[in-house]
Amino acid sequence: MKIAVLALQGAFIEHEQRLQQLGAETFEVRQLADWLQPMDGLVLPRGESTVQMRLLDQLGLLKPVQEAILRGLPVLGTCAGMILLSSGYLGTMNIRVRRNAYGRQLGSFHTVGQVEGIGEDVPMTFIRAPYIEEILSPDCRPLAQVDGRMVAAQQGCQLATAFHPELDADLRLHQHFLQMARHNVIVG
Amino acid sequence: MANERQELNRQLAQMLKGGVIMDVTTPEQARIAEEAGACAVMALERIPADIRAAGGVSRMSDPKMIRGIQEAVSIPVMAKCRIGHIAEAQILQAIEIDYIDESEVLSPADNIYHIDKTRFDVPFVCGAKNLGEALRRIAEGATMIRTKGEPGTGDVVQAVSHMRLMQSEIRRLVSMSEDELFEAAKQLQAPYELVRFVHENGKLPVVNFAAGGVATPADAALMMQLGAEGVFVGSGIFKSGNPRKRAAAIVQAVTNYQDAKLLAELSEDLGEAMVGINEQEIELLMAERGK
Repeated sequence: MKIAVLALQGAFIEHEQRLQQLGAETFEVRQLADWLQPMDGLVLPRGESTVQMRLLDQLGLLKPVQEAILRGLPVLGTCAGMILLSSGYLGTMNIRVRRNAYGRQLGSFHTVGQVEGIGEDVPMTFIRAPYIEEILSPDCRPLAQVDGRMVAAQQGCQLATAFHPELDADLRLHQHFLQMARHNVIVG
Repeated sequence: MANERQELNRQLAQMLKGGVIMDVTTPEQARIAEEAGACAVMALERIPADIRAAGGVSRMSDPKMIRGIQEAVSIPVMAKCRIGHIAEAQILQAIEIDYIDESEVLSPADNIYHIDKTRFDVPFVCGAKNLGEALRRIAEGATMIRTKGEPGTGDVVQAVSHMRLMQSEIRRLVSMSEDELFEAAKQLQAPYELVRFVHENGKLPVVNFAAGGVATPADAALMMQLGAEGVFVGSGIFKSGNPRKRAAAIVQAVTNYQDAKLLAELSEDLGEAMVGINEQEIELLMAERGK
């Protein structure tokens, strides 16, 4: 099991550590040459979505990444990664996301909540986080809500969370993602 | 609760990793920085090179000016307060700044004490030129560290010395036996628990950026290769010929800091770099403020 982690900017090392703990191999994607290796899945980490989007474009990665996801490459996007997947950015997931939805850093918080298919006690850390304002197609379903806001969703092999599973010791979400990747036909 | 806040604040700094934080003085510059790929901006009235040129006492920026920048961009906004100036920090917290830089670039307000940053909800970044300073700032509640470098000079030599020193002190702690750590803590004048953390993890418990004198994509790549987790660029961008292009090039250089071929392309046609002054030519060493 080989997972690519987008390493343009942000906290990608934390994802690599979690995936490696679960026995997966990881490699960093910093430019087009890195992208050309075979992979079973892709992680879009947190960071600043404006920075990541710009670098994807400048490094010629935007189209290849977008096409691979549309062809069915399993992908996990957290926080900025969820923004990248959403409508108006890569647009592979039919969700509309509000950036900095909880305001500035003083609005960042930690909680525990239910995620469908994962458990009732999933730790959730929100750092200048977005949430999902609207789901735009029936094949995309919300997986979690916090205070009435949608904070996780899945559409086919695309999994997006507004919070940061890579920051807590709980490995269930990454495990769920690896299972998705394992059951998927390998996409080159 | 206080610990949870500290943790969230450390985590915000992690989100900035691999990114470039740029000094800006106007909403227009802030937008240029955001478009060029800055992961955060530092709002201040004068960039360090001009603070140096103007002399006199330099203080926290006008909150109205900072608010203008907060409204102009969607990325995190940082601002500086003077070392030890509790009230300036409270004011910056009141306007919901994302990060406070308790900075030696401004005139110190207190020659002995730094701010007790554990009493604030808003996160702090502090400068350090060696491991002892870094760990003392972390003990006081800083959730992000940057090298001091020598701000406003366009001369990277001090940032390099500070980063190299910090990394070699970290390696030294890692190689020590456990019973030597008590003496190491005494020598570093830092809390034993933090010294032990560094011994066990081979890194600071918070994110460590480079700052002070970074002016080119090559400077940024150099600092990343020396172990920085991201870069602050102060005067280097808006004191140069083509800020937009230089800013974007530095952002890319930080992501692909090991790809010399790409760095060569990024270094082409950037226009004039900031003129810069050598550290020997300056009378005021800002890095000597706040230890």
